[in-house]
Amino acid sequence: MDRVAVAVADKDVRYLAANPEIPSGFNFSGTAWKREVNVRDFIQHNVTPYFEDESFLAPPTERTNALWAFVLKLMDEERAKGGTLDMDTDIVSTIVSHQPGYISQELEQIVGLQTDKPFKRAFMPFGGIRVAENALEAYGYKAAPQLHDFFTHYRKTHNDGVFDVYTDPVRKARKAGIITGLPDGYGRGRIIGDYRRVALYGVDRLIADRKDQFKQLDSVINEETIRLREELAEQAKALKELKAMAKSYGFDIARPALNAREAVQWTYLAYLGAVKEQNGAAMSLGRVSAFLDIYFEHDLKTGVLTESEAQEIIDHLVMKLRMVRFARTPEYNELFTGDPTWVTEVLGGMTLDGRPLVTKTTFRFLHTLTNLGPAPEPNLTVLWSEKLPTAFKRYCAQMSIETSSIQYENDDLMRAYWGDDYGIACCVSAMRIGKQMQFFGARANLAKTLLYAINGGRDEITGEQIAPRFAPIAGDVLDYDDVVQRLDTMMDWLAGTYMDALNIIHYMHDKYCYERLEMALHDRDILRTMACGIAGLSIAADSLSAIKFAKVRPIRDERGLAVGFETEGEFPCYGNNDDRVDSIAVELVERFMRKLRTKHTYRGAVPTQSVLTITSNVVYGKKTGGTPDGRKAGEPFAPGANPMHGRDKKGALASLSSVAKLPYESAQDGISNTFSIVPGALGKTRHGRKANLVGLLDGYFEQTGHHLNVNVFDRKTLLDAMDHPEKYPQLTIRVSGYAVNFIKLTREQQLDVVNRTFHDKV
Amino acid sequence: MHGMGVNVEGYVHSVETGGAVDGPGLRFVVFLTGCALRCLYCHNPDTWHMPDGKKTGVASLLNEIALYRDFLVRTGGGVTATGGEPLAQPEFVTALFQGCKALGLHTALDTSGFLGANATDALLAATDLVLLDIKSFDPETYKRLTGGNLAPTLRFAERLSAMGKPTWLRYVLVPGLTDDLTSIEALAAYAGGLGMAKVEVLPFHKMGESKWEALKLPYTLKDTQPPSAELVARVKRIFAGHGLKTV
Repeated sequence: MDRVAVAVADKDVRYLAANPEIPSGFNFSGTAWKREVNVRDFIQHNVTPYFEDESFLAPPTERTNALWAFVLKLMDEERAKGGTLDMDTDIVSTIVSHQPGYISQELEQIVGLQTDKPFKRAFMPFGGIRVAENALEAYGYKAAPQLHDFFTHYRKTHNDGVFDVYTDPVRKARKAGIITGLPDGYGRGRIIGDYRRVALYGVDRLIADRKDQFKQLDSVINEETIRLREELAEQAKALKELKAMAKSYGFDIARPALNAREAVQWTYLAYLGAVKEQNGAAMSLGRVSAFLDIYFEHDLKTGVLTESEAQEIIDHLVMKLRMVRFARTPEYNELFTGDPTWVTEVLGGMTLDGRPLVTKTTFRFLHTLTNLGPAPEPNLTVLWSEKLPTAFKRYCAQMSIETSSIQYENDDLMRAYWGDDYGIACCVSAMRIGKQMQFFGARANLAKTLLYAINGGRDEITGEQIAPRFAPIAGDVLDYDDVVQRLDTMMDWLAGTYMDALNIIHYMHDKYCYERLEMALHDRDILRTMACGIAGLSIAADSLSAIKFAKVRPIRDERGLAVGFETEGEFPCYGNNDDRVDSIAVELVERFMRKLRTKHTYRGAVPTQSVLTITSNVVYGKKTGGTPDGRKAGEPFAPGANPMHGRDKKGALASLSSVAKLPYESAQDGISNTFSIVPGALGKTRHGRKANLVGLLDGYFEQTGHHLNVNVFDRKTLLDAMDHPEKYPQLTIRVSGYAVNFIKLTREQQLDVVNRTFHDKV
Repeated sequence: MHGMGVNVEGYVHSVETGGAVDGPGLRFVVFLTGCALRCLYCHNPDTWHMPDGKKTGVASLLNEIALYRDFLVRTGGGVTATGGEPLAQPEFVTALFQGCKALGLHTALDTSGFLGANATDALLAATDLVLLDIKSFDPETYKRLTGGNLAPTLRFAERLSAMGKPTWLRYVLVPGLTDDLTSIEALAAYAGGLGMAKVEVLPFHKMGESKWEALKLPYTLKDTQPPSAELVARVKRIFAGHGLKTV
C-alpha cells in the first residue's frame, strides 16, 4: 500500500467547542456535522440522489437573459481591447479592498465582484511585484508609484524571496527549459477552500473554531507550532474580513445560510474572498452542487422556491464564475493560454456506500451550458462511475456532444484514494476538500532529459552544460540499454534539482503570499502533496521505442552535440495499444516517480506527479531540439499523456487503451488525455452518438483511464473560427485539463489544436 | 472445424478500433484487401488488390479484438468486416467471425454481394448482420458504376431473405448516377419485399479523391457534387414508404 490516502488520518476538526446547535429553521439529519466542522457528514445524511432525466430543467428567466446579454457585451469589449477590459493600478487587492461591485444590481440574484467594476482586474503584488507590474504594463497600465515603492523597498514579495534563494543548478535548469512554468513568479493556486463551510456554519462558528485550535497549541512552543499559531491567527483575521466584505453587500454571513439562495450566496462570497486575496494559477471551487442541492430540495419541498427560481440562482452563480479574472503577464499567457482561471467544479461521483451524488442541482449546473451557452469556465468536471444513473450519463454525453465543455475523471479509481468528498484543483489534481492541499510544481521536460542523457548533460540548443557533465554517447548507432542507463542517471539529477526548486518556491509562498482565507476553510492539520509533473511523455516513449526497435543515428553538429537523428526502420508508437512501446511509457512514469519519492520535501509533503501539460506543450516543444522519434526541433509535444498526433493510427479505442495503461498509482496528481472526435464518427443518430459516448467513457474508465477531455466537432469548424472569430464568440474546446474559448488562443496554439488527431474514420 | 480456423491467414489493409458507422454500437472494423468491383466513387481504392494487404493470422487478429471486447459489448457493438470486399476472402472471414462469436461479439459483414456465392452457410451462420450495398437497381447503371453485374447481388439478397438473416441495405446516392427516382422506388419495393429492416442512404462525398490521386488513378467524379439535403430526404422517404427504417 503506497497510496497517499494512507497517510491521511481522518483529521476532522476535533477542537470544536462542544455545544453548538445550528440556529436555523432547518431540520436536517445527522449529528457529527453538528458537533464538528464536517460538511461531508451533512451531505451524506441529507443528500437526495436523482435518478431521472433532464426533463424537469427550466429555461433561462428574462432576468437571466438580460443579465447575460449585459455580460456578453462586456466580454466583447474585453476582447476588442486585446483581452483586458480594465485594471486596477492603485489599490492592493484584499478581501476588503473594494466597495461592492455590480453588473446590474436590479437583475443580479447572486452578487459580488472581485473589484468595484465587472472585468476590472485587481492588482495583486504579493506573488511578485515585478510580475504584477509587468502584467499592468503589457496592457498599457502603470502601477501607482507609491505601490511600486512600497513593494520594492518595504514589503518583500514571493518572487523576490524565491530568487534570493535559488541555487545555481535550479537557475540553469529553469533557464534551459528542462523545468518550466514553475510558480515562482505567480500565485501557486491549486488550493481549494471548503467554501461550503461558510454556508453551513456561518463565519462566527469558524472563527471560534480557529481560536480554540490556537489555544490547543499553547503547550509546546517550537518552530512548527509557532508557524501554525501564526497561520491560525492570520486565518481568523481573513474570516473577519470576509464577514466585513459580505456585510458591504448587505449579508450577515456570521450566521449560517437559512435557505438555498443564501447558501449559494454565502458559498460564492467565500469563494470571492479567495479570488480577491489570491491570484492563483488555478482557483477551483470544489464540490458544491450536491451540498447546495440539499438547500434547494428543502426550499422546493416547502414551496418557497420554484424550479425556475432555482435554475436562475445557479445560472447567476455560474455567470459570476465565468467572470473571474486575473491580471497576468504575456509569459504566463504563453504557458496557459486563453485566460484560464480553473474554477473547477466537480459533479457527480458516488458515495463510499454506493449512492450516486448526482442531484437535480448537478443537472442544473450542466444546464447552464444550455441556458447561457457553452463556456470554458467554470471547469465542469464529471466524476464518472460506472454506477452513475443512466439518465445522467446520457445527459452528460449529450452536453458534451453539444458543447465540448465537459471533462470526465474516473471516480471509481479515485474514490479508493480520496474518499467521496474530494474535488479537483485545476485540471486533474484530486484533493479531499478542506483536508488536503497541494504544492503546485508545474513540470519537468522528459523529452529534453532524454537529449541531455545522449549529450552528456549539455543543452542541445545552447550547448551549455546544464546537468552534471558526463561523457556523451559517442557511437554511431544508439544502443537502447546504454541510453536507458544514462537516462536513469539524468532523471536522478532532474528529480533532485526539480525538488530543490519546489521546496524553495513553497517555503517562500507560505511566507510571503500565504492563502489566508483558503486555508481558514481547511482543517487545521492537513495532508500536503508536492505535485511534480512531466511533459513530453509520448515523445520520450516513442524515441526510446525508435532506439530499441529501429536504428537511430545521431546527427552531430560542430560542437559535438546530437541535434538531430536519422532513423532507419519501423518502430511501434505509443497510442496504438502496443505493449512493446506502451510499456516504455509506463516505465518512464514509474521510474521518475520512484526518484521523486526519495527526495526530501518542504513541510513533509507527499510527492506525487501529473502527466499534464495544459497548453505548455507548445512552449516545451519550442525549447526542445529534434528527438529520435522523428519530431523536428521546436515542434510542439503532444498535450498531457496524449499520443503524438497522427501516430495513433488504429483509431479511438486503441489510442484510449494506450493512455489507460499509465498507472495512476505513480501519477496521483493526474493523467490528462484529450480526445477529439467528429460528430459523425460517434454514430449516425443522436441516440446512437449518446450511447456510444457513454460506452466509450465506461470502457475507458473500466480500463482505469484517469481523465478524458471530450471534444466533439470537426476540423472545418475550427479553421473557420480562426478566420472568422466574430462568428464563434462562445466556441469552447477542451485542451488539456481545462477548456478555452478557441478564439482566445494564439494562432500558434490554434494550429496545434487543429493538427491534433481527430478521430474521424468512416 | 473451430480448431482449424485459428491457422487461417488473410490479407488485412488496416483496422479501426472505434468505428461507429458500420453497424450498431462501437465497432472494431477490419478492412480487408481485394475487390472485384471498381466503383467510380470508391473511397478505399487502396484496398482493391489483395496482395497490398498485410498477411495476418486470424488468431492474432482475434487477440487484438479481444482487447476491446468490453468497449464493444457495452455499446451493443461488435466487429465489422469490410474492405475491399470481405467475401473475396471467405475462409478468413468465416474463421474471424467464428472466433468473434466465441468471444461473444456481434458480427457484421459489409459487402456488395457481388461475391455472395462465396459466402458459405458456415460464414453466414457466424454473421449476425449483413450490410448489403446495392449500388444501383438498374443493371446498366450498375455495370457502368462498378464494372460488374447486378444479378449476383440480387441472388445473394434473396438468399439472405430466405434464411431470415438480418440485413441493412446501404445505398450511396450520387447525383447524376444513382439518383433516378424510378429506379430507387423499384429498389425500395424490392428491399421491402425481402423484409430488409433498415436502409442507410449515404450521400456521395469526395473523401476518397486524394487516394485516387495518390494511386495515380483517374477519378471521374471530380465535378460531381454531394446530393442536396432535399434530395437525400426525398430518397429516404421513398424507402420509408416501403417499410424500411432510415437513418
